[in-house]
Amino acid sequence: MNRGGNRWLTAFALLIYAFLFAPIVVLIVFSFNISRRNFVWLGFTTDWYPKLFANQSLTDALGVTLQVAAIAVVGSTILGSLLGLGLARLKFRGSGATETLILLPMVTPEIIMGISLLIFFAQLFGQNGSLGQIAIAHVTFCISYVAVTVRARAAGMDPRLEEAARDLGASARGAFWHVTLPLIAPAVAAGAMLAFALSFDDLVITSFNTGVGSTTLPVEIYSAIKLGVSPQINAISTIIVAVVSIALLIAWRLGAFRTERGSMVVEDAPPA
Amino acid sequence: MAAPPTPAGAAGVNGTAGAAGTTLSPAVAAIRVPFVNRLAGIVLILPGVLWLALFFLAPLVIILVVSLGTRDAGGHITLANPGVQNYIQATRPEYLPAFANSLRYAGITTILSILIGYPIAYWISRFGGRQKILLLILVMLPFWTSYLIRTYAWMIILRDNGVLNSILQAVGLTNDPIVFLNTDFSVILGMTYGFLPFAILPLFVSIDRMDHHLVEAARDLFASGRAAFLHVTLPLTMPGIIAAALLTFIPAIGDYVTPDLLGGAQTTTIAKIVQVLFTSGRDWPYGSALGFLLMVVTLAGTLLALRTLRREVLA
Repeated sequence: MNRGGNRWLTAFALLIYAFLFAPIVVLIVFSFNISRRNFVWLGFTTDWYPKLFANQSLTDALGVTLQVAAIAVVGSTILGSLLGLGLARLKFRGSGATETLILLPMVTPEIIMGISLLIFFAQLFGQNGSLGQIAIAHVTFCISYVAVTVRARAAGMDPRLEEAARDLGASARGAFWHVTLPLIAPAVAAGAMLAFALSFDDLVITSFNTGVGSTTLPVEIYSAIKLGVSPQINAISTIIVAVVSIALLIAWRLGAFRTERGSMVVEDAPPA
Repeated sequence: MAAPPTPAGAAGVNGTAGAAGTTLSPAVAAIRVPFVNRLAGIVLILPGVLWLALFFLAPLVIILVVSLGTRDAGGHITLANPGVQNYIQATRPEYLPAFANSLRYAGITTILSILIGYPIAYWISRFGGRQKILLLILVMLPFWTSYLIRTYAWMIILRDNGVLNSILQAVGLTNDPIVFLNTDFSVILGMTYGFLPFAILPLFVSIDRMDHHLVEAARDLFASGRAAFLHVTLPLTMPGIIAAALLTFIPAIGDYVTPDLLGGAQTTTIAKIVQVLFTSGRDWPYGSALGFLLMVVTLAGTLLALRTLRREVLA
């Protein structure tokens, strides 16, 4: 191994890690800054946090966000898990097309999904930004992520386990409930956490489908940012970063980020 | 997507493209499906497929239909005189800068992400040792957390009285604040920062899968370090590079948040114009036409990348 090259590479890597984390550190640090204008450090305070909860439009938006996320998680987890399981276990005519259908939402720019759903609901249903409309939009973009996560796990599962259960007298349903489901459960849970993180965080698709009384937290924050920088935004951002990080951390522990062949190196995984 | 494409997305792209060259998993290889299972298959697949057909595919078709329409006197969409007038309008010279900006921002962001991401992915894969996964999570984690908030963080840093200018003035490098915000620099910086993780993941996967003995073999056969990299490592990891380009380019070309927050009012991109047309502008037919063009560019890029990927995998 080339030691000199290694050292340069390591230095470069550390520099990039610093580049990646610096803005987030700055964001969090300035959420504790006394200064309202927020560009010089005047001293430590936690005042901005309680003020958030006194802000009616923010707490309302949080409520909407959590309701939408709850529907999105339940809906996309059920539909996505079934899809993932079906794709992993069955070879059928049209399975290629189904895979493409699942991948398409992941490679479609968000803005396209946003405007297409806006027109769809406005033209066909006369809807203009209800909570239900946002929830349907969120289920739609979360399904693929759940399906891919569950499929990876189900494809890696030994089908003989289920056969063994059947040989030992389990009914098809019994084998599913007692063998298959427990085996894919971590992936289902991981998919659900992923869906929560995606839904809680979505700005673009939501902003096209939002209406009076159905403003979500990211949409509320976006309009606040357009008015200017403020420590309150830093504080709410810090909370969101914390919440989403925790959701993703749990998703990771449950194995959401494994690729199909488990190539995120299972053998190198740190001890649990 | 909410967070732009993701590791799961990367896995999907890799998985599909790789499928041609890899053996099928035992589950998938079970071709003969008994009737009962087929019924079960319908129960499993159908609900999700119907949902996506209704709420994903149908709306896309509607975009195309509406893009052929016009607005009537009351501002409502009408298909009385369907035609391509909106597309003709999109080719007018005043929209050229927006198209150029979209492609330029997305293109430069993609190239930078790969140039920065490749060494990082290589470093994690080769020298990460037992900490590999942790190092990868460290790259990914903050970047899954709200693209909006990360963009906002750059506003705090880059504005005239922001953190960066404060530091530069404090150490005496400049007296007057340097204008960073609302420039091409800030937009490209913000986008590269935002989408870099989506380049790193597929790069890591392909570098990590590569058999490093091949590089050693090349070195044993007297290839220089550079030659071994150019003739062994680079070609073998090309699928990862293409996937990384795809996963950076798609969210970058559709991004209006960064040009809006870090680019200011004078920076136009197609995505930003579409956003305005659908919110304050309220010209949906024209917005749909621009949106459709944006999607065509994206899909063309995707197909091109996937075809190159398949060729690389089969070669």
